[in-house]
Amino acid sequence: MNIRIRRAGLTIAAIGAVGVLLAGCASADPLEEGGETTPAGEGDSSSLVIGSQAYYSNEIIAELYAQALEADGYTIDRQLQIGQREVYMPEIEAGSIDLFPEYTGPLLQYWTEEPAERTSDEVFDALVEAAPEGLTILDQAPATDQDSYVVTREFAEANDLTTVADLANVEEPLTMGANSEAETRPNGPQGLAEVYGIEAGFTPIEDGGGPLTIQALQDGDIQLAIVYTADPTIAQNDLVVLEDTEGLFLASNVVPVASDRVDEEAQATVNEVSAALTADALIDLNRQSVEEQSPAADIAQAWLEEQGFLG
Amino acid sequence: MNLFLEAVQWLLDPANWAGPNALGLRILEHIGFSAVVVLVAAAIGIPAGTLIGHTGRGRGAIIAITGGARALPTLGLLTIFGLWLGIGLEAPFLALLVLALPPVLAGAYAGVESVDRATVGAARAIGLTERQILMGVELPLAAPVIIGGLRSAALQVISTATLAAYISDTGLGRPIFSGLKTQQYDMMLGGSILVALLALLVELCFQLVQSAAARRAEPHRTQTPASERITA
Amino acid sequence: MNWLSQNLHIVGQLLADHMVLSIPPIVLSLLISVPLGRLAAGSRRLRTPLLTGTGLLYAIPSLPLFIIIPAVFGFSLRSPATMITALTLYGCALLVRGAADAFASVPQEVRLAAAATGHSPWGMFWKVELPLAGPVLLSSLRVVTVSTVSLVTVGAVIGISSLGTLFTDGFQRNIDASIVTGIVLTVVVAFVLDAVCVLGARIAMPWRRAVSRA
Repeated sequence: MNIRIRRAGLTIAAIGAVGVLLAGCASADPLEEGGETTPAGEGDSSSLVIGSQAYYSNEIIAELYAQALEADGYTIDRQLQIGQREVYMPEIEAGSIDLFPEYTGPLLQYWTEEPAERTSDEVFDALVEAAPEGLTILDQAPATDQDSYVVTREFAEANDLTTVADLANVEEPLTMGANSEAETRPNGPQGLAEVYGIEAGFTPIEDGGGPLTIQALQDGDIQLAIVYTADPTIAQNDLVVLEDTEGLFLASNVVPVASDRVDEEAQATVNEVSAALTADALIDLNRQSVEEQSPAADIAQAWLEEQGFLG
Repeated sequence: MNLFLEAVQWLLDPANWAGPNALGLRILEHIGFSAVVVLVAAAIGIPAGTLIGHTGRGRGAIIAITGGARALPTLGLLTIFGLWLGIGLEAPFLALLVLALPPVLAGAYAGVESVDRATVGAARAIGLTERQILMGVELPLAAPVIIGGLRSAALQVISTATLAAYISDTGLGRPIFSGLKTQQYDMMLGGSILVALLALLVELCFQLVQSAAARRAEPHRTQTPASERITA
Repeated sequence: MNWLSQNLHIVGQLLADHMVLSIPPIVLSLLISVPLGRLAAGSRRLRTPLLTGTGLLYAIPSLPLFIIIPAVFGFSLRSPATMITALTLYGCALLVRGAADAFASVPQEVRLAAAATGHSPWGMFWKVELPLAGPVLLSSLRVVTVSTVSLVTVGAVIGISSLGTLFTDGFQRNIDASIVTGIVLTVVVAFVLDAVCVLGARIAMPWRRAVSRA
């Protein structure tokens, strides 16, 4: 290489040259402007950002809030399906999301170390205390969606299981299937060992107690799964929920977390939605999502209409 | 940089090298699983690619297939195969095989096709059978490019095999997923460092094998830029 | 089909999100890789560290990268900037080597002839090297385009919306149609952007038919 190169000049030239080569590719760029993700209308309380977990049931509840508020004239920016608590909670705490459907027990565990509260009201009161500055815990709904240990009917009968403690009767080694975070959280094998003294292995299945977890249970790949109590597949597949006599799981009612940009009128609307959301109602909403495969927005709209929220 | 220090500390903690999640076990699982995927991809891709390179038939098809397969998102394949096949290694195996095949196939095809036609003609003229031409002339000359294809397949499989932990209790994806979901970033990063080191190690091995093959294929050349052309 | 017709607007939104996340990293990796590739091709001393260094980026699994980048650059975890930075790094991992090969493929005699006819290094880069390197560069760019579009989906695991969200959501709800739609659309987006690159190259390099090596 005996030709001298002036590197800086060449670099600039190269960057410019690419522009020419990219003439075609660049024509697609206007698409970039279509996807703004900044919160709509900062500082304007009639415009709110609502988020949801990457969990279909949570998304439906977020849609309930969103459409009820829209009927009241609020402008809603939906940031749905945004992952796990660890991903979205920093954004709620920073105020970039205004309203989020949450669950009392797990949220309390997120904000406090090893809470002692177990019943629904205790957990709710503790949660209101634990909420960071700037966040309001609105009324909790009667509906709960809490973790539970489920087994197949066959396995329950073969081993005479009704409570979690009965798992001590099982002679074969147990494997628990759940989302990977359960491995180190209090609801997973560690909690089972601490509270009940029962050892279980662990297999991660990232579907939140969904179809693959159920299939693995039925195939015998796992014996024990963490499934949410509002999951319609429990009834569908005739699974047995083991009773948690020692209070391993916290009560977990659906509860909205709101920023201070959610004004009193909006709070009242959301509280009305929560009051109407019973345990059976939530299971039925979930059933429509899983069985009928309807989109969250349609399911939410039908329910709100039926409940008289949309005029 | 603090995060990286914590990750290194996590890696050095003897507690993480014991029990059911022992890192040594995870590393072995990761290597074993990746190796099986690459071997199966080689068993399918090399004969098929060689045949197409040798006969020149199906050239258009192979370009379309390898291009199309590259566009298939591994996470999508993993979830759909997961729904069909259940938990365990079957679904990740198939998803990764789809990832590994295109580079292997393309490497084998491009390697054999790049062999000088005059050389092949000469071999034919001195009376070698087609089989002898393939085994004795084309394959040795194509070896560096074929190995280049395997190398890029192996790299992609090792880094993507972490996704297997989405639905199975396998490999270095386990600490990565667990750490990710519970914000234990030292664990997540520690797992990633191991994956990156594994990839480096494999890359190094392939580099040695590839340059050995290149020396054998073209002993009079010191440099073999053409053999490095197939990188993905 | 029923699922798809009910969810058209959601799919459309995710498709738009997917494009927003795919296109910038492709453009950025090209912008970064061409000068780096030229440097690598022009200097034996720089070649090995540049190619090895960028090649190593590919060894980092994508999920952790989505966490490391916010930590290093101070983006929020779900910010598009996180995804775009990560995918730009992967794009460069492939494209710097491709660009180096492309510039190395320009014959030395051509360079000497260009220098002899009075081209400055600047003019030679523009008028001689880049046009001649174009076709090989294009083939690498196409690989980067397709793999970028496919990699965007992984972000769904941590909650970055894209067509990948159809995988994670369909997986939880046991809806095959959701996952299959996501796969098909990802492939379609990849092919469309690939075609745009080929077309762009034809416009930029009218003197030769774009090579069709994929």
